[in-house]
Amino acid sequence: MGAMPVNYYIFLSLALFCIGIVGVLTRRNAIIIFMCIELMLNAVNLLLVAFSKMHHLKNMAVDATAGTDGQLFVFFIMVVAAAEVSVGLAIIVMMYRNTHSVDVNFLNRLKH
Amino acid sequence: MEGLGEAEIMIVVLLILIPLLTGLAAFFFKDQRSVRFWALFSSVITLVVSLLSMTLLKDPQWISFHAAWMESLGSSFSIKLDGLGQMLCLLTAVSYPLIFLATWQTSYRNAKQFFALMLLAQAGLMGVFLSMDALLFYFFWELALIPMYFLCSQWGGEKRIAVTFKFFIYTFVGSILMLVAIIFVHSMTPDNSFSIESFYSAAIPHNQQDLLFWLFFLAFAIKMPIFPFHSWQPDTYEQSPPATTMVLSGVMVKMGVLGLIRWLLPVLPMASWAWGNVVTSMAIVGMLYASLIAIRQDNLRRLVAYSSIAHMGLMCAAIFSVDNLGLQGVMIQLFNHGINIIGLWIVVDWIEKTTGTRKISELGGLAQRAPALTILLVIVALANIGLPLTNAFPGEFLMFSGIMGSKATIFYAWFTAFAGLTIILAAVYMLNMIRKVFYGEGNSLSAGIRDIGWNEKFALGILVAIIFALGVYPQFLLNMTEEISGFLLGKTDVLHLIKK
Amino acid sequence: MFHIDSMKLLLGFIVLWPLAGFLINGLGRKYRSKKAIASYACSLIFASFVVSVFAFFKVNSNGGEVIHYFDFIRVGSLHIPFEFQVDQLTCIFLLIITGVGLLIHVYSAAYMKEESQEHYGRYFSFLNLFIFFMLILVLGANYVIMFIGWEGVGLCSYLLIGYWFKNNEYNKAANKAFIMNRIGDLAFLIALFWLVNKLGTVSFSEVFQAQNLQRLSSGDITIITLLLFVGAAGKSAQIPLYTWLPDAMAGPTPVSALIHAATMVTAGIYMVARSNALYSLSSLSMNVVAITGLATAILAATIALKQNDIKKVLAYSTVSQLGYMFLALGVGAYSAGVFHVMTHAFFKALLFLAAGSVIHAMGGEQDIRNMGGLSKKIRITFITFLVGCIAISGIPPFSGFFSKDAILLAAFEHNKILYAVALFGALLTAYYMFRLFFLTFSGSFRGKPEQEQHLHESPPRMTVPLIILAILSLVGGFVGIPAVLMNGGDRLSAFLSPVIPIQTGETVSHSTELALMGISTLAVIITIVIAWLNFRHYRMKEEKGFGKILENKWYVDELYEQVIVRPIAWMGNFFSSIFERSVVDGMVNGVGRAVQYGSRQLRLLQSGQVGSYVLLMVVSILVIFIIQFFLRK
Repeated sequence: MGAMPVNYYIFLSLALFCIGIVGVLTRRNAIIIFMCIELMLNAVNLLLVAFSKMHHLKNMAVDATAGTDGQLFVFFIMVVAAAEVSVGLAIIVMMYRNTHSVDVNFLNRLKH
Repeated sequence: MEGLGEAEIMIVVLLILIPLLTGLAAFFFKDQRSVRFWALFSSVITLVVSLLSMTLLKDPQWISFHAAWMESLGSSFSIKLDGLGQMLCLLTAVSYPLIFLATWQTSYRNAKQFFALMLLAQAGLMGVFLSMDALLFYFFWELALIPMYFLCSQWGGEKRIAVTFKFFIYTFVGSILMLVAIIFVHSMTPDNSFSIESFYSAAIPHNQQDLLFWLFFLAFAIKMPIFPFHSWQPDTYEQSPPATTMVLSGVMVKMGVLGLIRWLLPVLPMASWAWGNVVTSMAIVGMLYASLIAIRQDNLRRLVAYSSIAHMGLMCAAIFSVDNLGLQGVMIQLFNHGINIIGLWIVVDWIEKTTGTRKISELGGLAQRAPALTILLVIVALANIGLPLTNAFPGEFLMFSGIMGSKATIFYAWFTAFAGLTIILAAVYMLNMIRKVFYGEGNSLSAGIRDIGWNEKFALGILVAIIFALGVYPQFLLNMTEEISGFLLGKTDVLHLIKK
Repeated sequence: MFHIDSMKLLLGFIVLWPLAGFLINGLGRKYRSKKAIASYACSLIFASFVVSVFAFFKVNSNGGEVIHYFDFIRVGSLHIPFEFQVDQLTCIFLLIITGVGLLIHVYSAAYMKEESQEHYGRYFSFLNLFIFFMLILVLGANYVIMFIGWEGVGLCSYLLIGYWFKNNEYNKAANKAFIMNRIGDLAFLIALFWLVNKLGTVSFSEVFQAQNLQRLSSGDITIITLLLFVGAAGKSAQIPLYTWLPDAMAGPTPVSALIHAATMVTAGIYMVARSNALYSLSSLSMNVVAITGLATAILAATIALKQNDIKKVLAYSTVSQLGYMFLALGVGAYSAGVFHVMTHAFFKALLFLAAGSVIHAMGGEQDIRNMGGLSKKIRITFITFLVGCIAISGIPPFSGFFSKDAILLAAFEHNKILYAVALFGALLTAYYMFRLFFLTFSGSFRGKPEQEQHLHESPPRMTVPLIILAILSLVGGFVGIPAVLMNGGDRLSAFLSPVIPIQTGETVSHSTELALMGISTLAVIITIVIAWLNFRHYRMKEEKGFGKILENKWYVDELYEQVIVRPIAWMGNFFSSIFERSVVDGMVNGVGRAVQYGSRQLRLLQSGQVGSYVLLMVVSILVIFIIQFFLRK
């Protein structure tokens, strides 16, 4: 892993993130939008882990714990994402029960 | 001496406290009749207290009161009855019982709320006239205005909502500007305090005075109102319930004048001199403008409203003459204008109630049916156009003398001449109104009416008595204003400031 | 010790009696009989007259006095006391006001008896109030007190012109009178403000002091005197503010006699004569006064030539005579002006009252074209009217001769052209007055038959004042017989000399003076003969050409209507219906509308589409990134 330049990780996560954005922007199905959001979050996670590793390798000699905070952030994000999924899926289920659809554009009646 | 000690504290506070407490108590009354008596009772007590504070109990320790309020902000609850305050408190105290009396027969839905709000407004007015602390002043300013919004919007005419909205936006913008200016000045006071002494001693650089001047001036100009910030006023006067209109035009517009005299001129003397010409020109243009409109008004209420704009314009011009004669003229005119315009409103209200119209063109020949009303109205109208031996003459004479003698401007003669034109125009619109409404042959509207009742007769009778008494012996009022006028002019003496 | 200043009391009473009459009659008009009302009013004026006579004798022996009552206004250095000043000039006016006023009150009691009780009371209370204010005007010891009376008499004039308030035309005339007077009053007030600021005082005794007058620059004096003159022109109906006076004839005839002939309209002359110390210092103002006076005299006389309403002729005649008085003032002959005020008060009051008697006899008819041949039916009126006509035309030894001659002489001394024009005006006066006289009294009756039946002489309460005034018109001039005709003559000027210093300039020789008198008398008599030839047998005919212009009063009213009234009304309309709505309200509403428009546009962003929100977020983030990394340096 050490031999792989960090650029590869960056390009991969950028690609993932863009896929996520495009998905959120273009799709109307709430579940797919949800999955795209997860994709974006995980793109960020991937980046964090990659940078953290790079940081650790660089400063290992000076500081044994260098770069660990990046890893910690990833855990936070995973926890938040999990909570989000549980709440979000609950909302989607409720929405489906009421409207028999998971189309987000159907929700624009909120503006009235 | 214990009892005396208590009275020392109370007498000036009572002026605010009585209307405030009786106003709150009025919410709990049951029927209209009793709450009406309660309001009249309360206002008479206030009048008695105010008279006492001007005659028997006028030593300094009786008429000023100081208590901790918001120490951390540098604000305190300090009120004092100086000459200017005396004049305006007396006006408030005199006009309230007369207003209640004159509108005795008007019945209101939710009467208890109506009277409660009226009394709360009175408390706010008293507070504005008495407070010697800028934050307190602002507080009472809003306290006086808020009941007015409700009074106009709940009990007004058919266009009341739109009109109250306009009134609210206008005055609210003014209030906010004033608050900004107050906080600004506060930050420049030597001891970070809101007290009036600190405001007077605040050293404000010349360039910042200009900005502050316009912030304050806009707030007060809207309230007075000064052209071109007046357009809320005819609408509001037209749509408000009569009693509220009387308070608004007779007493509340004086808050603006008081603001100019007490909170603008001495605090920002440099800017006042610098902008004097502009402001005076605005006021005089407004006077002519309003008078010309009044000539062509067919609506009685709007006619009185525009005539009031013209009169307030004269006061504004006289204030910015920064002259002792002018300033004292304004101060006594504050009282006299209130008396006269309340008289006019009583008549207008009566006409509207009995004939069901406020259009001059539809009326005519009331003099045959209502001679007592006609006599009283003619006297009030003549006072309104400043005939000698009526109360408005000494004030107008002094104000014009002040404008003529102003050292703040080089255009004094032109200002006097143009402002003087309104003397002629006032006669035109007042006499034409009398001619069209009261003289001539009667018509179907005036056929069945009867002369004014005892309550209007009594209220107008008292007003007319005041008109003559102060017209023959204006020195009674001038004695009150001598000291405060000198004091304020001392603060505004720019030449002295420059030397320093 | 308690000390009663007798003069203080006297003057107080002079003023308070009429005020008491006003209050009693005004408040009690419903509860008192007409007889009681009239007797109260007349007896109180009589009391005032008696006290005035006392005051006159006191002043005659002790000289003038200033009496302080209370402080009217005391502000800083400005001190305006409520003070009365009684001196020779005041005394003459006091006697004219209360004396002529009394006669007119007595006359009114009969003239107005058809009125209902309530209005009868109203009439007399106004009349008493007028006397009150007129007395304040002449008694005031400073300009402000004078101004109180000045506006007060204007008010009474307004109330009495519009006395028959059901008639809208009369009310319009009343408004016109008040408003035109207000124009003059404004000038008066500005003069006062000027005085207050230059001298800090408005008291006569202080303003006219030599050292105070020196403090005023000549520009100041000219401005003050010109402004005061505009005030006087308003009150005394001079060009350009004269048009209200003829319209003021809408009031009852005794009112026209008292207010619009004998007393109020001479207030302007009183004021200028009182301010003679100021006027004498400004030759420009003097010339303006003289020329305006003369122009008014001629203009009004030409109009009077063609008027057909008996009261309108007299009204224009009053304007014309007032013009003569101003001419006298303008050439520096103040006492001649005052003299003419006095004689004019007698004969013009007489003429108006006699005209009232004619109108009374004719049952309300005022058009002289419908009269004629009245001389036999109403004998006393006829004779007294004739006395009045002779007096105003200026035939010796009637009073008008002496006063008019004094004015003409002064004009001659000043400028020959002024004299010639003034003499021409005097001939016009004789011509129109005798036209009026012949049309009314000679020839045959031209009215309706029932009017002829109705013709009758007025009751004694109307004729007695006429006779008294006729006697006064006859002998009233004797107080001012010029020195050239009588040893120790010119008594009036001598009497007034403490107030009005006697001019000590060059005077014309006695022979010239006598020659001038002869010329004017002869010319007047010739004019009267011409009038007799022309109007002895009058036949109605349509006026054409120049006559029509005169009949329509040179179209001055129409001119004012077009040049002043219309534009003001137009401006009022423009401001109230266009400017106020679109500009002032427009600004406010514009702010409101801009806010509303803005929010309506912004609201479109809140589409409710989740996609659009996200897109917006992405775009915004991109923009922030771009700014952050590429633009911010």
